[in-house]
Amino acid sequence: MTDDLDDLKSLMDAATPRPDAARRAENLALAQRNFDALQGSRDEPRPTVVTGPKGLWTGVKTMMNAMTSKGGLTATTALVACGFLVLTPQGQDLLRPPSPPQITMTEFDGALGGTVVEEAPIAELRATDDAPLASAREETALKTPEADLAFENFSDAPEVIASGAAPEPSMLPRAEMAEQTSPVLDAEVAESAASSTSRMRVTQQIAQTESLLAAPALVAPGDDRFVAPVTDTEAFANADSNPLQITAETPVSTFSIDVDTAAYAVVRSSLMRGQLPPSEAVRIEELINYFPYDYAAPDANEAPFRPTVSTFQTPWNADTQLVHIALQGQMPAIADRPPLNLVFLVDTSGSMDDPAKLPLLKQSFRLMLDQLRPEDQVAIVEYAGSAGQVLAPTAASERTTILRAIQSLGAGGSTNGQGGLEQAYSVAEGMAENGEVSRIILATDGDFNVGLSDPNALTDFIADKRDTGTYLSVLGFGRGNLDDATMQALAQNGNGTAAYIDTLSEAQKVLVDQLSGALFPIAGDVKVQVEFNPAQIAEYRLIGYETRALRREDFNNDAVDAGELGAGHSVTAIYEVTPVGSPAQLSDPLRYAPSTAAVGSDELGFLKLRYKAPGETVSQLIEVPIMQDSGLESEAGFAAAIAGFGQLLRNPQYLGDWGYDDAIALATANRGEDAFGYRTEAVQLMRLAQSLSQ
Amino acid sequence: MRMMTSDEDLAEAAAAGDGAAFSSLLDRHYDRLFAFCFRLTGARSDAEDLTQDICAALPAKLASYQRRAKVTTWLYRVAVNAAHDRRRKRATYTKATEGWGDWEINRTAANQETHAQLDWLTAAMNQLGDDLRDTLVLILDDMTHAQAAEVLGVSEGTVSWRISEAKKMLRAIKQKEDMT
Repeated sequence: MTDDLDDLKSLMDAATPRPDAARRAENLALAQRNFDALQGSRDEPRPTVVTGPKGLWTGVKTMMNAMTSKGGLTATTALVACGFLVLTPQGQDLLRPPSPPQITMTEFDGALGGTVVEEAPIAELRATDDAPLASAREETALKTPEADLAFENFSDAPEVIASGAAPEPSMLPRAEMAEQTSPVLDAEVAESAASSTSRMRVTQQIAQTESLLAAPALVAPGDDRFVAPVTDTEAFANADSNPLQITAETPVSTFSIDVDTAAYAVVRSSLMRGQLPPSEAVRIEELINYFPYDYAAPDANEAPFRPTVSTFQTPWNADTQLVHIALQGQMPAIADRPPLNLVFLVDTSGSMDDPAKLPLLKQSFRLMLDQLRPEDQVAIVEYAGSAGQVLAPTAASERTTILRAIQSLGAGGSTNGQGGLEQAYSVAEGMAENGEVSRIILATDGDFNVGLSDPNALTDFIADKRDTGTYLSVLGFGRGNLDDATMQALAQNGNGTAAYIDTLSEAQKVLVDQLSGALFPIAGDVKVQVEFNPAQIAEYRLIGYETRALRREDFNNDAVDAGELGAGHSVTAIYEVTPVGSPAQLSDPLRYAPSTAAVGSDELGFLKLRYKAPGETVSQLIEVPIMQDSGLESEAGFAAAIAGFGQLLRNPQYLGDWGYDDAIALATANRGEDAFGYRTEAVQLMRLAQSLSQ
Repeated sequence: MRMMTSDEDLAEAAAAGDGAAFSSLLDRHYDRLFAFCFRLTGARSDAEDLTQDICAALPAKLASYQRRAKVTTWLYRVAVNAAHDRRRKRATYTKATEGWGDWEINRTAANQETHAQLDWLTAAMNQLGDDLRDTLVLILDDMTHAQAAEVLGVSEGTVSWRISEAKKMLRAIKQKEDMT
């Protein structure tokens, strides 16, 4: 065995080239330049401790003498600013995006420790503006031990330092530049962040700019430009908002149901961090469907879900109406549920090493474990650079074994999502027996960077596997490099749901309260098609479901995949419709088109639903007419409030002057029983968004 | 006289601002660092770039140097992390893994006799995952399992496990070759 390594070692030694002499000299010079820049003086080495503080003063004096007063002033201000940013906890906070668990940089010093915040003497630092460099340097020197301490605790602190120091040492022109051309610099940051060829270089550039931009921040703190998280690599799945449709031209609207909730949790985590969510992160249907609704449930012998359609006046427009379509899935007797085969597929790549990721994931799985039955089986597969089975299929009754396996998961390495998926599917297939439900639960921050790098190839792979009858659910963790787009693609193609877990209480909701819905599908490929009556409805607009649109002909094509409905799930879809003759109509009637008025029915439209019973391949049809105004009831009212909230966050173009106040009032009025406080929380989020948007 | 000073003393002096100490420290370790980078990446050009990245950032990272760690351990940790970051930030990951593939093409001076062996090395390194390769490279650099564990920030047991995995894979590759 050792022979193998010895062979390899000698080979390796032979293969390793000598460093290029020119590059060597260049790199050494670069390092030296950066080193000098960090010391704040190019020519003389900074005195070591042995030389003592006297040497310090001498160096400063030499430097001051060599400078013109204007240049000196600029340089010292910049230096103080950099020192403040880099060496004090408050400065670190300025450089850092607001919430701790969103940074995706590799931890250079291991764990992200507790935040050491000391009462830093801002006032003192300010004072040093007047008594320029000398005292600033003193301040810096005094601060050094404390700064060291901070580096230990702030995993990314060395990064920040590196960036602060990396620029060429001529602070003077840069400081001036920062004042004059900050928008340009911003653009540069965005651009370089986008291209991100080399992380180090990019970080340097960004932080260079940040520290420079931040210099005026000393004078005007609170400008939130400086806390914008420019370094994240999040990607969200979304499309343009559904446009207004003219009934006479396109009377039919078709889409797939969506029971994901990820967008709501992402919106919440953004707002809780004090930022409005990026508009592409807001998928309105997921916001609406996050909440449990008390819709009428189907009777025992009916279809697995019951549609309820109501029509009422639009809260934000008195001249239009909302058509509220609710599907309520039946709740099969829990005791009768078939045994479950669960494969936890856990991303243990380096990026998961974050309090909001792997540790939260472990706690979440523990919560879930309590919900399982002795006859259920659990297996765990982890994937990082290479995939591996951590726990062979084990009966859920062997709690300690499973818990120990969960606890043993550790983060490190890159993310080979595909290898993990392949293994998870093969484990799941091995566990499957007749009458059992197999499901893979993929927990990840979404950063798939090894294996199939093409998202289409990955989803093709999953779409292929979905026919084996194994479901795939995706749980997203952490912010910063959350690849929401990939997660959506995986869950939609794998017959599953995507949820985003940002807190333990969200884990409780997804994995405990709504576990049976998340794990037991009662209807597959549920498609919705609405045909509007042009005699009654002039225009309509589907709110949300942008990523779920289907072609009209796909509705009857059973080969086309659509969303699944889980046990007890409810799904809500809302159309805003403009009745014929309403002053709210945005388009003019056509002069030469045949008049459609007064032809027969007073129905607003006709709702058709298709679904497949689990495991079947032929769909069944449900048809319901959409009737005139049926009045607003509480559940629909809350859904409408959330729909309005989502539009406020995403694109308020149809809302007129309806604002957060109205959304809050409407949501509060229709809060209902709200046993778990989800709706109360939503109202709080609306209030937060209101404050943040002002 | 500088050469008599220990790495750790140099590093400490450098962290305190002694430019000469920094210079001689880096000079002392540059070749080893480069060789290490080469082994991590498998391509000369990547190794040069990675070394440059590390050199550029090293002065600032000195602040995080702690006397209790050996300089080489600390330096390797910086290198492993930098390599890791580079891989992550590659626009497409495939480019990074190709390193151990096209490296051989770029190599000009390979003589015929060692050619087959080099093929073997390329193939072997290619098939190991990043974790295994990083770990193996450290061990091949005469580090103990404990030192490698410190560099990688994992437990010693993990290192031992990875090495045995790597050996298993190497053996499998060899067997496959012997069969053909």
